Amino acid sequence: MVQAIVFLPLLGFLIAGSLGRVIGPRPSEIVTTGFLITGAILSWFVFFQVGYGSGPFKVAIAPWISSGALQVEWALRVDTLTAVMLVVVNSVSALVHLYSIGYMHEDPSRPRFFGYLSLFTFAMLMLVTADNLVQMFFGWEGVGLASYLLIGFWYEKPSANAAAMKAFIVNRVGDFGFALGIFLVFVLTNSVAFDPIFASIGGAAGKHFHFIGRDWDALTLACLLLFMGAMGKSAQFFLHTWLPDAMEGPTPVSALIHAATMVTAGVFMVARLSPVFELSPDALGVVMFIGATTAFFAGTIGLVQNDIKRVIAYSTCSQLGYMFAALGAGAYSAGVFHLFTHAFFKALLFLGAGSVIHAMHHEQDIRRMGGLFKSIPFTAVMMLIGTLALTGFPLTAGFYSKDAIIESVYVAHHGPVSYAFILLIVAAGLTSFYSWRLFFLTFMGHKRWGADAAHAHHGDDHHHAKAHHDHGHDHDHHHEPHESPSVMLIPLTFLALGALIAGLLFHDSFLDHGYEHFFKASLTLSPDNHILHDMHGVPLWVQWAPMVMMVTGFVVAWIFYIAKPELPAALAKSQPLLYQFLLNKWYFDELYDFLFVRPAKALGYFLWKKGDGATIDGFGPDGVSARVVNFSGVIVRLQTGYLYHYAFAMLIGLAAVITWYMFGGAQS
Amino acid sequence: MNHLLLGLILLPLIGAGLILITDGQSEAGLRNIRWTALFATLATFILSLIAWHGFNPASAEFQLVDEAAWLSKSIRFKLGVDGFSMPFILLSTFLMPFCIVASWVSVTQRVKEYFIAFLVLEALMIGVFSALDLVLFYLFFEAGLIPMFLIIGIWGGKRRIYASFKFFLYTLLGSLLMLIAVMVMYHQAQTTDIPTLLKFKFAPQLQTWLWLAFFASFAVKMPMWPVHTWLPDAHVEAPTAGSVILAAILLKMGGYGFIRVSIPMFPDASLYFAPFVFTLSVIAIIYTSLVALMQEDIKKLIAYSSVAHMGFVTMGLFTLNAQGIQGGMFQMVSHGLVSGALFLSVGVIYDRMHTREIAAYGGLVHRMPRYAAIFMLFTMANVGLPGTSGFVGEFLTLLGAFRANTTVAFFATTGVILSAGYALWLYARVIFGKLEKPSLMTIEDINPRELAVMLPLVVLTIWYGIQPNAILDVFAAPTQALLKSTHAALESVGHVVTAAR
Repeated sequence: MVQAIVFLPLLGFLIAGSLGRVIGPRPSEIVTTGFLITGAILSWFVFFQVGYGSGPFKVAIAPWISSGALQVEWALRVDTLTAVMLVVVNSVSALVHLYSIGYMHEDPSRPRFFGYLSLFTFAMLMLVTADNLVQMFFGWEGVGLASYLLIGFWYEKPSANAAAMKAFIVNRVGDFGFALGIFLVFVLTNSVAFDPIFASIGGAAGKHFHFIGRDWDALTLACLLLFMGAMGKSAQFFLHTWLPDAMEGPTPVSALIHAATMVTAGVFMVARLSPVFELSPDALGVVMFIGATTAFFAGTIGLVQNDIKRVIAYSTCSQLGYMFAALGAGAYSAGVFHLFTHAFFKALLFLGAGSVIHAMHHEQDIRRMGGLFKSIPFTAVMMLIGTLALTGFPLTAGFYSKDAIIESVYVAHHGPVSYAFILLIVAAGLTSFYSWRLFFLTFMGHKRWGADAAHAHHGDDHHHAKAHHDHGHDHDHHHEPHESPSVMLIPLTFLALGALIAGLLFHDSFLDHGYEHFFKASLTLSPDNHILHDMHGVPLWVQWAPMVMMVTGFVVAWIFYIAKPELPAALAKSQPLLYQFLLNKWYFDELYDFLFVRPAKALGYFLWKKGDGATIDGFGPDGVSARVVNFSGVIVRLQTGYLYHYAFAMLIGLAAVITWYMFGGAQS
Repeated sequence: MNHLLLGLILLPLIGAGLILITDGQSEAGLRNIRWTALFATLATFILSLIAWHGFNPASAEFQLVDEAAWLSKSIRFKLGVDGFSMPFILLSTFLMPFCIVASWVSVTQRVKEYFIAFLVLEALMIGVFSALDLVLFYLFFEAGLIPMFLIIGIWGGKRRIYASFKFFLYTLLGSLLMLIAVMVMYHQAQTTDIPTLLKFKFAPQLQTWLWLAFFASFAVKMPMWPVHTWLPDAHVEAPTAGSVILAAILLKMGGYGFIRVSIPMFPDASLYFAPFVFTLSVIAIIYTSLVALMQEDIKKLIAYSSVAHMGFVTMGLFTLNAQGIQGGMFQMVSHGLVSGALFLSVGVIYDRMHTREIAAYGGLVHRMPRYAAIFMLFTMANVGLPGTSGFVGEFLTLLGAFRANTTVAFFATTGVILSAGYALWLYARVIFGKLEKPSLMTIEDINPRELAVMLPLVVLTIWYGIQPNAILDVFAAPTQALLKSTHAALESVGHVVTAAR
């Protein structure tokens, strides 16, 4: 069964990818979507079977790489952690496939699109079912490839190409650490497969390892290197710059890859390696620090963005920070639980945003929306549910998982606990503010679109080469917004259901009495880690703090965008530096361009012209030939002579051997 | 005694002889020449498969040994293969028919001589990988360059004279030093029989000098930084098939030399010089990747990327552990397939547009979707994406390097970031974007002949990415034997070496 779950998407990709042109778009859509729906249903079976029934199992497929002590296998490992991911990945993927049938219906390259979606799903499934670090790396880079292809799906747009490349290369920076981490783990344990690693990693505790001129605690170093990979994939602070740009891809892609699944791979990785991370409190402290910082930092940027997708993208970045903060506290299941619930409401928000964009004929700027509740009420209600869940409204999914994270950080024993706790509390307020800001600006208030609205048409989805030029007779632009077709609304309904009840249904299994029975051995806590127990005993004010922040954020957003809509502009004007700093995303792109991109290009050019050209060739072949020409004083006709010279040198050589053999041979 | 290897060397020569007596003027004669060349290379490939069938990969011994009296009792004409050489013979015979097909219409000048040069080249390459006598090895090794000079110098681009001259200057230096080293070795061991030399123990002091002499030759051939500057020029000027052979096979002769001669015969010197090789390898990986980033010529970019990939090979081989050596050898085979395929891909658009300038392209995916997909696959293999053969070699060499020297591995691993940079940027500039250039408006997608050349390479690139053991296992037995003998030799002189697992 699990083979079918994993390989059906691959089959779908091969069919849509190779035969798409022959069989046409509709069959490609039906085949890939059908496979994914099948996979999603099977995944839920596996989920209940593994989580509440017979328990984990493994399926060996084939050997992969054998070299000396290194033995890597293709295998599928299904335990509760994997089962959770299977459900998340396949459910969201199936719904996104379905949704895309409606969303992409005008695009001529649909077979390619659906092929890529299925390819992504396959790679993601290989990642989560990996039984060793190398197969995980295979899935890891595979999802990176699919993400690259999908971000750059509209390849006519230079911005889409640039964003795709940026995503791949920034992820490679993370993978650089991941690869080194795998090497170190292999050196420490002589294996890359999870079970042998977990069995013997304890032996490396307290050992030192010399690396780039410094002695490190071996386990801390291994964890930090691996975490660097997680930071890249999950767009954490320093390596986050690719995620907002990734919004260049079609909106269903953003929902699937850049919200619900791929970006959570880093969280999954740390949770999967919990037996290793548990042995290094220092590494966990770093994880918590980066997570909390990201949660706060991305939240601040989200406050001022005007592109509907970018707001949600920064929100994703911030929520991933929450998950890492929980992992850093040692509350792995809380992080995974937030991953699980977040997948529903964030995919809902993205697909809802897609529905808005669809309704607005490819407008993405929320400053040119407003009052859409009346035009597209169904989408608006869906977005409302997503917003409630994201801000942690009681009894919705986010309420259970986000509060658990904040509580777990409060009771954590190591790492920058106070720092992380304060930032996460503040970030809860930021989350609430930007979520409601988005909602109010889009659906409430006066309409800022239509005949009187500006004509400016910013970079958005569906900008094909052709569409780009017929701006003058953009016939769609003045039509009333329309509700999306039901093939797009049905997936929203499913996700909204998840956003409402997933927390209520599963919090016991993830966080409470059902934990042991549910997760079994798939997450490992060290004997002195009682965090899941302690977090139920936090003071009352800690329990209420997120709620207070949520309400505060809501109220401020209400004042800013409903009651006194002139306030935001005035505030931006009075604090121009801060506003520009946030609007320009803390200037990370400019900084990296200055620090890495330009120097790399300049250095490359310098080494080419001055290194290869002037120095090596100058003193080497060109220099030698110049000398020869200068000193010989005769016209050396290299054009015809070189070969002759060469053959001559060889003949002399041969003659020397033979002569010498004749003399030397006489002795033997 | 069986003469399979001799047959492998003679078959292309027979083909060349037949072409020599064919009329090269008439249209029918040209057609005969092309078909003769194709049949000769295909027959050689089939014969090499027969040789492979008779080969036992579990054994580290030389097999299919064939010897005859030659210069003396101790300098004999001796051929044989082991796990290190067999894959390269197969790679050579496998790629040769593709080169013939790729030259089918693109070569119009001196067609007869062109195909003769290729067939002679094939014979000499097989000779290099099967020679079991050092003098014979030297002869094949150096003689193999002559047809390559001719291919670049006669059928090359505008600056072909400069390119082949540069190639010549570099190799001349290396080959003379190597020749001297061979003579010294004969003087010491009284034989040039490779299996005997493998067991012979040279004095550590002498090893140092011999190692350096061979290094001069092999490093140029790899090529290693800083003696790499001939390669970009040679690639740019060479015709497509010449580039394929150059990148896929000729560059591998240097690496093969290291594993056949330098490491096993001079283990002390190899250990002594390992940090030196690591340094050059790491410089090659970073330096040439940065240079590749800024190239304006597609072939030059791929050539620089080849130098970087060969950096992984030299680094891996000198780690003297199983992953490093097997990874380095695998990387050579994989690079043979992938770089060959990349040069063939460039050839496809060069044949249509007659320019290699990156700026002359853009938006090809609109007119050439199949080509775009194939080029994407090879770009990803070049970048070392897991699931392609490019990953396995890179991963194993880096793992091996990490075990030998973590600092080296650290710097070398930055190569995975840089390679993504130059490869994707190239792809984006050539394939993606709007199709705006008027000259590209009517460009045709890949045709069936070109597809037939590409598809086997596509299949192998993926297959060896998923099942690399098919190749790794062939290298396993000789790697273990090499590690055993090397480490025994090193321990006997008091070196402490980490376990060779």
